[in-house]
Amino acid sequence: MMKWSKRILVSGVLAFSANAYAMPPTPEMLTFGCLGCHGGAGSAGPSMPTLANQSKEAIVDAMKKFKSGERPATVMGRVAKAYTDEEFALMGDFFSKQKFHVTSQTLKKADIKKGAELAKKNCSRCHMENGKEGKDEAPVMASQWLPYLQIQMELYSTEKRKMPEKMADKVKKLSKEELDAILTFYANVK
Amino acid sequence: MTLDRRNFIKLLGGASTVAMAGVASVASAAVAAGSASEVMPKGKQRRVVVIGGGYGGTIAAKYVRMLDSTIEVVMIERNKQYVSCPFSNYYIGGLMKDLSPLTISYDKLAKNHGIKMVYADVTAIDPAAKTVTMGDGKTISYDRLIVSPGVDFRTEEIEGYNDQTSLLMPHAWKAGEQTILLRKQLEAMADGGNVIISMPLVPYRCPPGPYERASLIANYLKTNKPKSKVMLLDANADVVAKKPLFTKAWNTYYKDNMVYIPGKKVTKVDAATKTVTVEGIEDFKGDVVNFIPPQRAGRIAVAAGLVGPDKNWCPVDTVSFESKIHKDIHVIGDSAAAGAMPKSGYSANTEAKVCATNLVALMNGKETVDLSTLNVCYSAISDHESISVAFVYKVIDGKIAAVPNSGGISPVDFSTTQHEHIYAESWLKNILTEMST
Repeated sequence: MMKWSKRILVSGVLAFSANAYAMPPTPEMLTFGCLGCHGGAGSAGPSMPTLANQSKEAIVDAMKKFKSGERPATVMGRVAKAYTDEEFALMGDFFSKQKFHVTSQTLKKADIKKGAELAKKNCSRCHMENGKEGKDEAPVMASQWLPYLQIQMELYSTEKRKMPEKMADKVKKLSKEELDAILTFYANVK
Repeated sequence: MTLDRRNFIKLLGGASTVAMAGVASVASAAVAAGSASEVMPKGKQRRVVVIGGGYGGTIAAKYVRMLDSTIEVVMIERNKQYVSCPFSNYYIGGLMKDLSPLTISYDKLAKNHGIKMVYADVTAIDPAAKTVTMGDGKTISYDRLIVSPGVDFRTEEIEGYNDQTSLLMPHAWKAGEQTILLRKQLEAMADGGNVIISMPLVPYRCPPGPYERASLIANYLKTNKPKSKVMLLDANADVVAKKPLFTKAWNTYYKDNMVYIPGKKVTKVDAATKTVTVEGIEDFKGDVVNFIPPQRAGRIAVAAGLVGPDKNWCPVDTVSFESKIHKDIHVIGDSAAAGAMPKSGYSANTEAKVCATNLVALMNGKETVDLSTLNVCYSAISDHESISVAFVYKVIDGKIAAVPNSGGISPVDFSTTQHEHIYAESWLKNILTEMST
């Protein structure tokens, strides 16, 4: 994820250009269409991922991989093919500037506690600040809907979705229960 | 910005709109002073009136306020609660115990965004005076009007159809009491009874809807009334939405409980004997008959002369969804003829956002933005599997068209159907949340 100073700079430029003499399409025009599924200010759940406050890099990376087919999808592969890399960047800007969305989910307390320790030990180098920040393309995990995270882990485990090497090294040493606890921990971060 | 022809027209449009808006507010002030029947007389503040609080109207009202809070927004809606047509087949097929997951009210939306709600039926629009008339004869004036009334039924084309028909042969194509009625009839039917669904020629609201309904009724019969069958009489020559997916689902899961017959356009009904007649000659009699009549734009859109030469749908500008017939009136959702976009809830949602964006730009004399819309539509094929269609649209050669080399339907190997079923449920929750908050 970009540092704050740089993010604010990018936002400023966009906020100015969006109104006056913008070349179509504007980030808003492109992104409003996503919000029916992903929520105007974060997803209302229970499984559609929240994109509010997701990092720009994570969104651009996901959209490129959906478009190429590298990342397995339900509808997103078909949708991503309609947009350019430049448009992905505009969408990423839009979502990264949205306020962090706190979800309310019924989660197993024991898993949250167990997951906190496992996440700190195994995941925190890339999913920083309890998953509120992500290194490079690593997504923000904090407060994400658990069913979505579980579907993604299922896709990783069945090798339909490719893990970054460093993640694969960690994940292969963890049991399904341990992985579930880690996801539950991240889903619970407020 | 390069001042090509299109941009030049846009700029001109913006400028003339500002001038017109100025004239209009003087005119409506005169109306306000002289008309005893006017409610909420318009002050200096510019006003957008939205007719219809469904998938299109709620979003249009909300986004106009979000994009320019100096514009007053009045939404006129007949009912205090709205029941979603998308996912109402879950209830009909017994996958949803009541209509509460489909039902929204307008209180939070109105409060969060400062939208003024008026619960009334709109009976007339006067495009010259820029007023709408409600059932009680009272009028409300506007600077710009957004019309999002859904569909009306062309029942006059069906011999024998009268006021009582839908009470005996529910259409269940507007959700609420009709949805409950169809479910009750299915529950009351004896094992061995037959269900007929009759669906109209395209275009109609929700292209995959009848096919999803047939699938979910077959799913219900398979477990609960195994000797029963559902027969889908399609007026079209072939399945018009998600064909390979529905066909596979029917062949794989519902061979014993479902029959699909294309090319059967019903022209006559007899509700008393639960009989439908195809092209005046071939009779089909059922124990439960779900007759979905042919459709056109919502009644108010037709009454206001917003429909085009086909007398059914409203031609609109591809930038602002402004009517090509009446100035300052925008039409969105099922009623609009929006090129390749299907008449769906998600289409209405994204059309509303484009309309709001460019309506606000026009009211402020700013440049309009090229359209980018989506349709994402799920259909359940059983209690744990769903299929989808997704397309992104833009304007190509002056028409709203799907972006080439993108979009499409779920893989035919059904490798994603279980995940799609999970996401479908979340689609409903999110889109209804966006409409109601």
